[in-house]
Amino acid sequence: MSNYFFEVLRPGINTTFQDKGRFHMQHFGVAPGGCMDLKLFSIANALVKNSLNEGVLEFAYQGPLLKLVKGKTKIAITGNVLFQVTKLNQEGINGECNRTYALDEGDQIDILATKQSAYGYMALEGGFDIKPFCKSVSILSRAQIGPNEGQKIKINDKINIRINSKNKKNFLTKVPKKNKSTIRVLKGPQFDYFSKESQKDFFSKEYKISNLTDRMGMRLEGTVMKNIVSTNIRSEGITKGAIQIPADGQPIILLTDYPTIGGYPKIANVTSADYNLLIQKTPGEKIFFELIKLREAEQLYKELLNSISEIIKNIKEIN
Amino acid sequence: MFKKLNNIGDCGIVCDFGEEVNREINSNVIKLFHHVKEEVLKGNLNGILNYTPSYNKLIINFDLEKINSSQIINFLKSVDFSKLNLFQNSKKWTIPVCYDFELDLENMSKKLKINKDEIINIHLNTDFFVYMIGFIPGHPFMGDLDSKLFLNRLKTPRVKIPPGSVGIVEKFCNIYPYESPGGWNIIGRTPTKLFNKENETNPCLLSPGDSVKFKSISKEEFKKLSNE
Repeated sequence: MSNYFFEVLRPGINTTFQDKGRFHMQHFGVAPGGCMDLKLFSIANALVKNSLNEGVLEFAYQGPLLKLVKGKTKIAITGNVLFQVTKLNQEGINGECNRTYALDEGDQIDILATKQSAYGYMALEGGFDIKPFCKSVSILSRAQIGPNEGQKIKINDKINIRINSKNKKNFLTKVPKKNKSTIRVLKGPQFDYFSKESQKDFFSKEYKISNLTDRMGMRLEGTVMKNIVSTNIRSEGITKGAIQIPADGQPIILLTDYPTIGGYPKIANVTSADYNLLIQKTPGEKIFFELIKLREAEQLYKELLNSISEIIKNIKEIN
Repeated sequence: MFKKLNNIGDCGIVCDFGEEVNREINSNVIKLFHHVKEEVLKGNLNGILNYTPSYNKLIINFDLEKINSSQIINFLKSVDFSKLNLFQNSKKWTIPVCYDFELDLENMSKKLKINKDEIINIHLNTDFFVYMIGFIPGHPFMGDLDSKLFLNRLKTPRVKIPPGSVGIVEKFCNIYPYESPGGWNIIGRTPTKLFNKENETNPCLLSPGDSVKFKSISKEEFKKLSNE
């Protein structure tokens, strides 16, 4: 293990290590987890020239305040994030997202807030020195699985860094802002459990994101869905983005840290192309659902991946 | 063999084997689960991320960057179930249980009008089949219990159930791998660890399709085994 590390002066609300997730274990009850926003996660790693599946710090709303106690490193923060970089014995400067900063011993990075969004990422050149469990460093805090004993980052934690950075060059890229209130979905396996009127309402009425929203799920408030068949089904495997309707008729969207099996009927499933947009919505925001076909969803996902590649290709050195 | 093959979202497939919960239907789910898992391990199915069996369904999740629904459906349609063997990948387990740690036997005995020892005997003499594992890591759903022991969930679930607690509901038996809330009728506790984070190659003791038989142990034996 290296001797280079950050000290956590303030942990933030929900700060965890994440990569793309832990797979081939859902049949043991282990959800894949992983980064909520694949796009921002990938760009953060690309900026510091890491492999695109390297573990990063993910934070939500208020991020951490970190002090580089030993070593030199380079970081990149992605998202719509308000943060400050404080060089030793100097005033803090407001940081810009989607670019790198070289940090020296004693420097601090203060991630104050995500603006009009939920999640942001901090990648580190060479990566964090953390122990994977079953090939992934993603923390699944609900099951206490992953590095840091499967727990969220706490105050006074030591965060080890793998390499001492020698490279002082900095890089940046442009990430076009995307914001829309319409989330495209596919029909769920129990779509026919709901009355014709409810099916119509689901695709025309607005739904408000409630406070009961975290990495596991997003509860919505809006027009009640009327189940005309059965409010319980036999427990079956869950897929990310499934929109289930429990007996009270209010939708719950199952997110990245979902329970591996569940017994509520699912009216729809969020498309992979719009998942990143959905999870960045914050409580109080309103969304609409639009029904599309499978082929279209597949095509839209390809377009999303292409747009990420394009952003990564456009990473340029700062002169 | 399949009643339905459908996509769930753009990166999942549901293989639906029919509505009932019985071993015959679940055997086919498990056979397919083992087959898909093996094909993935052999590298014949690139892009598959998860395969989750439940009573009557298998959900397959995949990476849309590498494979898509129609390719997986084509693969599934070509599976010859007559060539799949249920037991070649299944294991048999004996799990020790100390019934002195029960929480509900008294009440169950009243409701069922069967004495406590008889309830324990029926449980000990049942050959359980692991239908599925899930909700939380390592948590097994096993069946089938004699219909004489048919009970619903507790009206008010407990806030905390000790780890290793063995519970029953309807024709199913479970084991709580961690301390957690729960509504099952608790008849005992096992010292056996169902999910071991220290064991990276094989963290989960049981697998869907395995068989389980319980063995009664004393409090002293429970203590001894817990410390191992």
